[in-house]
Amino acid sequence: MFIGAIGCEPLQLARFGLERSQSLETYQKHGGYEALRKVLGGMSPDDVIGEVKKSALRGRGGAGFPTGMKWSFVPKDSPKPKYVVCNADESEPGSFKDRYLMERDPHMLIEGMLIAAYALGSKVAYIYTRGEYRYLIEIMDRALEEARAAGLVGERILGTDFACEVYTHTGAGAYICGEETALLNSLEGLRGHPRMKPPFPAVAGLYGCPTVVNNVETLTAVPDIVKMGGAAYQKLGTEKSGGTKLWSVSGHVNRPGVYELPMGYSDMERFIMEDCQGITNGRKLKAVIPGGSSVYIMPASDIEGRGVKMDYEGLVAAGSMVGSGGFMVMDETVDIFETTKNLTEFYKHESCGWCTPCREGTDWLVKVFKRIARGEGKPDDAQLLLDLCDNIEGKSFCPLGDAASWPIQSAIKKFPEDFRRHLAPMTGSEDKESSALATV
Amino acid sequence: MSKQFTPNNPLPQEAPVPNEIAQFSPAVEAEIDRHLAKYPVKRSAILPLMFIVQRERGYLDKPGVAYLADRLGVRITDIWEVATFYSMINTEPVGKYHLQVCRTLSCKILGAERITEHCTERLGIKPGETSADGQFSLSAVECLGSCGTAPMMQIGFDYHENLTPEKVDEIIEQCRNGQLSNGVR
Repeated sequence: MFIGAIGCEPLQLARFGLERSQSLETYQKHGGYEALRKVLGGMSPDDVIGEVKKSALRGRGGAGFPTGMKWSFVPKDSPKPKYVVCNADESEPGSFKDRYLMERDPHMLIEGMLIAAYALGSKVAYIYTRGEYRYLIEIMDRALEEARAAGLVGERILGTDFACEVYTHTGAGAYICGEETALLNSLEGLRGHPRMKPPFPAVAGLYGCPTVVNNVETLTAVPDIVKMGGAAYQKLGTEKSGGTKLWSVSGHVNRPGVYELPMGYSDMERFIMEDCQGITNGRKLKAVIPGGSSVYIMPASDIEGRGVKMDYEGLVAAGSMVGSGGFMVMDETVDIFETTKNLTEFYKHESCGWCTPCREGTDWLVKVFKRIARGEGKPDDAQLLLDLCDNIEGKSFCPLGDAASWPIQSAIKKFPEDFRRHLAPMTGSEDKESSALATV
Repeated sequence: MSKQFTPNNPLPQEAPVPNEIAQFSPAVEAEIDRHLAKYPVKRSAILPLMFIVQRERGYLDKPGVAYLADRLGVRITDIWEVATFYSMINTEPVGKYHLQVCRTLSCKILGAERITEHCTERLGIKPGETSADGQFSLSAVECLGSCGTAPMMQIGFDYHENLTPEKVDEIIEQCRNGQLSNGVR
């Protein structure tokens, strides 16, 4: 598996190749904790938030919300304790970047969290890691112990009045806990059901206190932003999408891996065919899901010769989204009906059961998919699937419902042939065809 | 104005008393204390503690649940409520080696089904089953964040990646010989 930067100097991945890259010693030898020193050496919390705003850093977990703005929503005058929570519940199918960030460079995350804690006035921070990533919790615990011993975590950090404890916490196998309010419920020891918003976590989050929840990759970007300045970080990317982004590449490419690209990298076709060294076995590209399973699927025709820019705006213009950067590549042998069924089963399994549209809707979707897969597809089943999606999308309590609907809607729209094949297998008569497929 | 309501048909008040509460060694108790110390609210430690009980007792059994309720100061039902939500909390016994093969998209298109079938062939159990001797359990699970090294499975907490049927044979052989960690910790 490849791990490296293309089209820019490695920023997040800068220390990945070094010997004992997990150690405090290596981290400090290569610029580690310099940003924290700079912050504690004379920057005010507002200065830090200002730099993050200037950096145009957007949340790397999937939603892409501007990080500086999220931080500025935390009320400064609140008498309650404030919390920083790192969302390391990476469970989006196709995404595995956070895993390597924590595995190879745990101190980068700790430093990012400490800077965030300083900016937000927080004395306690938690790293909520998915339960399956137990070995990463062990790595983080060792790194935290090292940092504590070196006076970088705990009381009087670097001899200043700034104090912050950082703790690891484990999830236990629930995708929904990547949704920030479900994560907070889980961290409070409850079932991982999402909460009503507002109030947003910035106002009432963990234990009802002001809380910022940020993805691993968002927090690991913070030390570099502080070191080089927000404006310089932003210039690495585009005006609205600052800096660099990690892409977890998997599927039918010759060189899967974690790729760090500048935001706005051009273009997606070159990325697949050159940087990822093309499609395995010399086959043709059929489809890409560029941002994790929750985004629209892109057919090869929307990529080849289209000059798709790899940033938030570029991917929206191309009909999909950056999401978490879980870049899944499929070759011509893949049946998109099958992949859509696979993802729908995922969402059914991971629906938390809290709201009816998502709980019942994903269950019905899977029932229809299974019936079609048994060879009992009816001509109007594509329309039935779309109707079901319509009853979930925008009507569920949290975005999981949308995430379950989008792959299906885009797959039927972009790959009608793959559905047609399953829907009218025996009749062979065109006039019985689903209206949903006939219109595209 | 106040009025005392008394139920005219009182329900039997006898709450089911758990007949056994799990006990742990001082070392495990100390480990539990370290987790509890992280949070201002004890209940927050419920998941870390469940993993400990599961490790010590093989799964989250009734005495384990009673212990957690007592230790965290919550009701028995609060523990079950959480335990049944999370897929990694086992409320039934599992085999010594729990093979969890990822079934989600990237693994699927790179042959996850073949890996699962191969495990079934070799072990004589289907996903969701445990072998008669209690050595092996097989599960098909959702994405484990190992898409770049697909197909893969997790045994206990350990990742086994870039799988082929031959590699699976080797792994199973090592499990049978007791040469491989079952990844429980």
